[in-house]
Amino acid sequence: MIPIQDYAAIGDGRAVALVGRQGSIDWLCWPRFDSPSIFAAILDEDGGSWSLGPAATARVTRQYIADTNVLETRFHTDTGTLAITDLMPVASEEDKGRLLLPDHEILRVAECVRGEVTVEMRFAPRPGYGRRPGRVRRAGRLGVRVEMGADLLVLRSDLPLDITADGEAAGRRRLRAGDAVHASLTFADDWPAVLPPLGEWSRAAIARSVTWWLDWASRLKYDGPRRDAVIRSALALKLLVYAPSGAVVAAPTTSLPERIGGDLNWDYRFCWLRDAAFTVRALFALGCSEEAQAFMDWLLHATRLTQPELRILYDVHGNPPMEERVLEGFGGYQGSAPVRIGNAAAGQRQLDVYGEVIEAVVLFVRAGGTLDRDTERTLCAFGEYVCHHWQEADEGIWEPRSGAAHNTHSRVLCWTALDRLLELHAQGLLRCAPAALFQDQRERIRREIEARAWNPALNSYVAQLDGDRMDATLLLLPWYGFEDAAGDRMRGTYARVREELGAGDGLLYRYRTVDSPGEGAFGICSFWGAEYLALGGGTPGQARELFERLCSYANDVGLFAEEVDPSTGAALGNFPQAFTHVGLINAAVSLTRRLEGAPPLEQHLTPQSGTDPHGARP
Amino acid sequence: MNRGSWLLWGFVATLVLTTIMAGSQGLRLTRMNLPYMLGTMFTPGRDRAKLIGLGVHLVNGWLFSLLYVAAFHAWGFATWWAGAGVGFVHASVVLIVGMRLLPGLHPRMASEQHGPTVMRQLEPPGFLALNYGYRTPVSVLLAHLAYGAILGSFYAMP
Repeated sequence: MIPIQDYAAIGDGRAVALVGRQGSIDWLCWPRFDSPSIFAAILDEDGGSWSLGPAATARVTRQYIADTNVLETRFHTDTGTLAITDLMPVASEEDKGRLLLPDHEILRVAECVRGEVTVEMRFAPRPGYGRRPGRVRRAGRLGVRVEMGADLLVLRSDLPLDITADGEAAGRRRLRAGDAVHASLTFADDWPAVLPPLGEWSRAAIARSVTWWLDWASRLKYDGPRRDAVIRSALALKLLVYAPSGAVVAAPTTSLPERIGGDLNWDYRFCWLRDAAFTVRALFALGCSEEAQAFMDWLLHATRLTQPELRILYDVHGNPPMEERVLEGFGGYQGSAPVRIGNAAAGQRQLDVYGEVIEAVVLFVRAGGTLDRDTERTLCAFGEYVCHHWQEADEGIWEPRSGAAHNTHSRVLCWTALDRLLELHAQGLLRCAPAALFQDQRERIRREIEARAWNPALNSYVAQLDGDRMDATLLLLPWYGFEDAAGDRMRGTYARVREELGAGDGLLYRYRTVDSPGEGAFGICSFWGAEYLALGGGTPGQARELFERLCSYANDVGLFAEEVDPSTGAALGNFPQAFTHVGLINAAVSLTRRLEGAPPLEQHLTPQSGTDPHGARP
Repeated sequence: MNRGSWLLWGFVATLVLTTIMAGSQGLRLTRMNLPYMLGTMFTPGRDRAKLIGLGVHLVNGWLFSLLYVAAFHAWGFATWWAGAGVGFVHASVVLIVGMRLLPGLHPRMASEQHGPTVMRQLEPPGFLALNYGYRTPVSVLLAHLAYGAILGSFYAMP
């Protein structure tokens, strides 16, 4: 199995495929992110794949076409160069109205651009995580078909394909400079399949997709350090948005390990409420107001059924995720078993999600959004729930399977929830709020945090009340307005976090507990470090230097997994990971504002709630 | 002919047939979608095709029910099993003859012989519409049996 960072992602707002450096698509779930896999060779050699590339050994270079999610991989062999373009086509609404287009398609075009190259294709689908019967059979000029009940996969190519004894389709052809082969894989599950022609039509589909992505990227507003990394992060984030509902999945993969050979393998193809505020802030900061609005709609819709209690994760349509189970027979990435589908963390309790959701709503309002009466009532119910439950233990943001605790981060987010509700109330946007109750409880939470989460012996805030361990979430206290980044307490905390959680070269572990041995440095936590400096914890130069150093841990096409192996720089965990890219964007935005001498985004957007005499912001 | 009864029960039977077919799709028994297939004769836009196709399908259902009513009048009686019998013949003709002819009639449907083109990209149904899932014939047959049975049961002979 190739390293995780050797993959690139293509997608269309419904699903994502991972394309390896050697031209093999080793991960694809259709029709949506959390559907059963069609290709899963990244998790097991027999999991299915679709390879296209030169027969000979080649040196590989690759990149996305600038500001798009269309991937170009070049294979430089002794006899010539083969360029493969991979994409999941997208089209404008206007094009969808005038053209018959497949619902789900992967398009691959291999063109010999120099000399001569023999190109090979091998199509080995294993639907349903390798368990669903699906025989590849010929369908004349309609290509080769794999029927799975009423679902249908169709592969069409101008490369002649033979059906092998293993039930796969394979073919090869010698190409000269200027020759090309085209391949289109479509999936139909709802109505008769649309089978696009190849050749010029394929090139037109590429052109349409490139135009669509360029148009989308042109609306991004960012002009600061490492613009390339920020725009790529935005494009990666866009790949993880499920277009029909606006939900943002944490990652398109399951069970890529946080520890090679270990069992920290989780299914991330769902939407975590804890990501809400980070994601909304990143989207608004880059000018993606449509995506932010859609995500807010999803957020309020998804949480409707369980209000005022919140689950911690939902599927893309706001339903509980499938029950967690182990896929027997899948060996896991580099032997990292088990492979899980579904996520049992859905049953955990995380009090921080109230703060995250309310903060997201407030960011939405600050950006010009309005609240209807239902949402007002919902927010008030959340606030009252927090007032009655903030003293309780919870699993916290990292969802350890080792049990509940009194987590400082959760307490701070309960404080944030009430603080933001009071902000809305002060602006006359939350008429139903019991302001006196919220103010009283907010002050009680603050007093408890300041007394029990501050460890004077360590001169630092600590991960759990009355504890002595560190957690990278402590760097977020200024982010939420609970502490001043330049204050003594945060400087002490930052120094302690660096000392205990530093993984070298600016990287940070999220924590060091019995749950974490062997796991890598956490991507977003490392960016929180850079953002803390940008918010006032360090000089602009320090913040920029750290931010740029962290950006260098992206893979060759600018993508991040959840974690980084500090000893090798290799990617660990599910890939690509929204959380890490969101962290990069938010750090970049804060850094840019600091370099420009502008106030932090939070303060810039906030009409200060001076009407609140008990305002507890520093 | 009892025109009012034909209009009412022809419409109801068409709605039931449409619902059974849509339900079969929802239950992942088939990908056959008659409104979509009809609509794409007029437009490639998916959403418009579904709307136009639904209209055409409802009118078709009404018109086809005339044949059922004609049969009832020829026999001098209308019962559920007589209607279901016509429905069986109707479904058989649709599946065995109609589906084979469709690529020649549908301007946007590809064929096994010629493959997709810029204009023709829609997957053809094949024999018994098996290309749309091997349970498709069962769904189509059940829908037409219900369609005929409703007409036979409720059409009031004058």
